[in-house]
Amino acid sequence: MKDTSRARWGYYVTGTALAILFLFPLVWSGFASVRTDTGFGLENYDRLFNSANGIELRHVLNSVVVSALTVGGTLFIATLGGYAFGRFRFPGRDVLFLLTLAILMVPYATILIALYVLLGWLGLEDSLIGLSLVLITFQLPFSVFMMRNSFEAVPLELEESARVDGCTTVGTLVRIMLPAVRPGLVTVGLFAFLTSWSEFFAPLILLNSTDKFTTTLAVVNMRTASHGSIDYAALEAGVVFMAVPCLVLFAAMQRSYVRGFTSGAVKG
Amino acid sequence: MSTTTTSPPSARTGPPRRQTAPAPPAGRRGRRLRALVGAAYAAPTAVMVVLFFLVPLALVAWMSLNRWPLLGKPSFNAPANYSGIAEDELLHSAAWFTVKYTVIITVLLFVVAFGLAVLVQHRRPGVGFFRTAFFLPMAVGFASASLLFLGLLSDEIGPVTDLLAEFGLVDGYVSWTSGSPDSALASAVLLVLWRFAGFNMLILLTGLQAIPPDVYEAARVDGANRWQTFRRITLPLMRPTIALVVTLMTTGSLLAFDQFWILTRGGPDNSTTSLVMVIYREAFIRLDLGSAAGISVVLLAVLVVFNVIQFRVLRRRSS
Repeated sequence: MKDTSRARWGYYVTGTALAILFLFPLVWSGFASVRTDTGFGLENYDRLFNSANGIELRHVLNSVVVSALTVGGTLFIATLGGYAFGRFRFPGRDVLFLLTLAILMVPYATILIALYVLLGWLGLEDSLIGLSLVLITFQLPFSVFMMRNSFEAVPLELEESARVDGCTTVGTLVRIMLPAVRPGLVTVGLFAFLTSWSEFFAPLILLNSTDKFTTTLAVVNMRTASHGSIDYAALEAGVVFMAVPCLVLFAAMQRSYVRGFTSGAVKG
Repeated sequence: MSTTTTSPPSARTGPPRRQTAPAPPAGRRGRRLRALVGAAYAAPTAVMVVLFFLVPLALVAWMSLNRWPLLGKPSFNAPANYSGIAEDELLHSAAWFTVKYTVIITVLLFVVAFGLAVLVQHRRPGVGFFRTAFFLPMAVGFASASLLFLGLLSDEIGPVTDLLAEFGLVDGYVSWTSGSPDSALASAVLLVLWRFAGFNMLILLTGLQAIPPDVYEAARVDGANRWQTFRRITLPLMRPTIALVVTLMTTGSLLAFDQFWILTRGGPDNSTTSLVMVIYREAFIRLDLGSAAGISVVLLAVLVVFNVIQFRVLRRRSS
């Protein structure tokens, strides 16, 4: 039995040491963001929001708009698409489904140049709507797949009894199916938010004017636009400001979300 | 999954049924109508996929055959954008660097993520806390995480240099992110390990937990030691999950951008300039979209071929 107790100690010591290593950067950035020359205070946040090339209210609003459009658009399209793929048969269904998944095979860094030109043709260059449309597209493989599985998991009888009651397919979807696929909707919405809120490369390519910058772009700009010294402490304040909404959402939904990942594999 | 376990569809208490067959609007017209409704629901997805995926895919191929300045009219010039690739020295060094980085990340990240997954695979006290701690960095956006590490590794406000100096490992000023090519690369690797280890751990965990316990039990009865069990049981049964994780890692690394753009700025002396950074430079600094499209097409082809080969190899070994 000596061996198992040693193994247990090994587990606790290794786990704790690693947990400290993983949590340390997060805790440190919070600490660094409030540390000042004289002690502790919010001066770094003051510089983050009020210095010449710092972030402005409009950058935060831009981020909120892009996130809202992306989450709303992704939920709308993926719900209808998931319902179609999960519950209907129509010509071209399998081809369209495979094409949607193929978006994963072609990571967007390689086609963003073309999307930049295309959005220009559509009159959507340097536009938050154009950026959101692109972000929605790249959320679709995961979201449509997830929603299709969610709709398939709803018992057929549920839908049929609604139809017998005279519900149209729209009525069935709204009143019967949506409540049944809520866990899927939560996961899809959470992912769409986390991605659109933090995305850097797509806004960098698709947004030109500083008016249109998202918060991430504005904070990174504080680093890349400075040719002299970098204001590291204000940057850490920016990191914390960006991370807080994500951490809050994470904490609130972590249970359902980690379970969603591991569902079916966990044995009690 | 659903909370509603309804009684059989022919519940007698229900309202009078117009049909007995469970397949609803019967007949060919009914089925046609239902197909139409389904197609209508799929229409938004189809529009998005065509407009923002297939059209750009075709467009990037077409652009690569043209002289396509950022401003001004494009003109056909094939294959100048492709022959330009052969002469671009920065592109060559970037390609080598990206491959080197991809190999380093794939190996290290896989080892770390697998180690973490094995550590937290059983339910015991504290395991939930450990899983959350390892996974939490995923909540920080990657660009934010790069900025976080820029401060963490900086000499001005970062604790790393001081900590190492305390142990006598370094003395004086050290510039981790831009001092030398090796330390710049190491900084980026550290950042990626911190940010992505937990995510990959979670995927590997699903694979580990899908292995039935009785397989391990049988191995123990047969007297297999831990290493044999791992090599002969865990690894082979994990192959599909490993294939997925490795594909995600290699694809992500070949397309690395944020970490180098923000953390090392591609330096020192372009030593950490990745392929996607070169694409960005061609398009928005040299204002030559055609050349950027040419590099994109090549990178795209390499990725597709690479993923196909990887899946083939891993599938063959498992059968």
